[in-house]
Amino acid sequence: MKRRVVITGVGAVTPLGVGSAALAERWSAGECGIEDGAGRCRDFDPLDFLSKKEARRLDRFAQMAVAAAAEALGQAGAGEELPYEAHRVGCVIGTGIGGLPSLEEQQGKLIESGPKAVSPLAVPLMMGNAAAAAVAMRHDLHGHTYGVVSACAAGAHALGDASRIIRAGDADMVVAGGAEAAITGVATAAFEAMGATSASGVSRPFDARRDGFVIGEGAGILILEEAGAAAARGAEVLGEIRGYGATCDGFHLTAPQPEGLEAARAIGLAIADAGLSATDVDYVNAHGTSTPLNDRSETMALKLALGERAADVPVSSTKSAVGHLLGAAGAVEAIATVEALRRRLAPPTVGWGEAEEGLDLDYVPDRARPLGNGDGPLIAISNSFGFGGHNAVLCLAA
Amino acid sequence: MTTEVSTDRVEETIYDGLVELGTERSALSREATLESLDVDSLDLVELAQIVEDEFGVELRGDDVKDVRTVGEVIELVVAKAG
Repeated sequence: MKRRVVITGVGAVTPLGVGSAALAERWSAGECGIEDGAGRCRDFDPLDFLSKKEARRLDRFAQMAVAAAAEALGQAGAGEELPYEAHRVGCVIGTGIGGLPSLEEQQGKLIESGPKAVSPLAVPLMMGNAAAAAVAMRHDLHGHTYGVVSACAAGAHALGDASRIIRAGDADMVVAGGAEAAITGVATAAFEAMGATSASGVSRPFDARRDGFVIGEGAGILILEEAGAAAARGAEVLGEIRGYGATCDGFHLTAPQPEGLEAARAIGLAIADAGLSATDVDYVNAHGTSTPLNDRSETMALKLALGERAADVPVSSTKSAVGHLLGAAGAVEAIATVEALRRRLAPPTVGWGEAEEGLDLDYVPDRARPLGNGDGPLIAISNSFGFGGHNAVLCLAA
Repeated sequence: MTTEVSTDRVEETIYDGLVELGTERSALSREATLESLDVDSLDLVELAQIVEDEFGVELRGDDVKDVRTVGEVIELVVAKAG
């Protein structure tokens, strides 16, 4: 029998606050955590979760991952003691960039004072697998543990990979998600130089006035568990990863393939992997970056993958409320999606107000909208697309 | 560039350095072992950088590999600076 993967805990640090409840409740209420053109996690204090010594050995993205993992494991009833033998518990955490603040700081020291001034902590601070390593060390996890790097699709790839590890029988539980904290001088200048970020500082996915993404930071961690084992220990099930689809555009380093052909294929693969069809999809959590190119190609991809269902299904973007969390986005948005299904409420694309020709889906303007008829489980897809043309799509149920 | 370095000054620098690295000041004493303070090899490299900045004394891995207590670190630095 095919092993199924359920979600038994979620944890988040986002510009809407520390904790997954702040993310779900405030986005659903149409609130936005972006200030001064960036989605910063102003409420996050690493010393609430780490000793001074632990904190200074982790870059901000890994600190946030530790905080989100503590929340998620606590909710799963695994914060103090693991419910499985440690080798059966893994940790897969994606990031787009890794410890960029540390890299920039150490580069400054190198230039200013020479090689002897570079910290011995520089490598463990900036390595892309630092979040996975820190969480595994803290909770004594000994199963499959590594970082995933696929730009803005990393969080979704991490969850997809983690679900595959469980389905393959290599783990019973995986602590999985994404983390990013790259609101730095180099990153903001670089994204601006390539014309990717918003000059207005407003994240307005699918709106005619959109002018680029707004950079954000944060972390999202989900506890994935084999369904039978979770049931046997009486864990509360929040949702399920029903399917996963991944493709690559193989087209351009940064621009999406204009018709969204491979993105559409990833959506189709995720739905097929779930044993479902397009008509089963109740909600779409879009990648919806607020860039002119993504929102157009993603709209085309949804039409291609969902056919007639695309005209009716509510589509909203978490990035309208928190900005673009890069490698954390896919994981934070998976949490937002599961919470939306659990509340049976599609949160709005905050600030959407002007339609553009061809961008004619139901982007859930103004306010949250009830989802589905009756009280059966709801199905959603959550899209994540990264520079490099990497497409990762999750089919989620709750 | 090294001048006469007083033991008190070295102690102050080492103590301040360890606090900067995350050790509780109240736990510090000359008798405290590095192990009991959770001071590991990465901390020692950072501490060596602080010492070199302050006194121009270079501590290498071989120098500190047998050091067990905070007091021994202080003595090593004083001896090297002398």
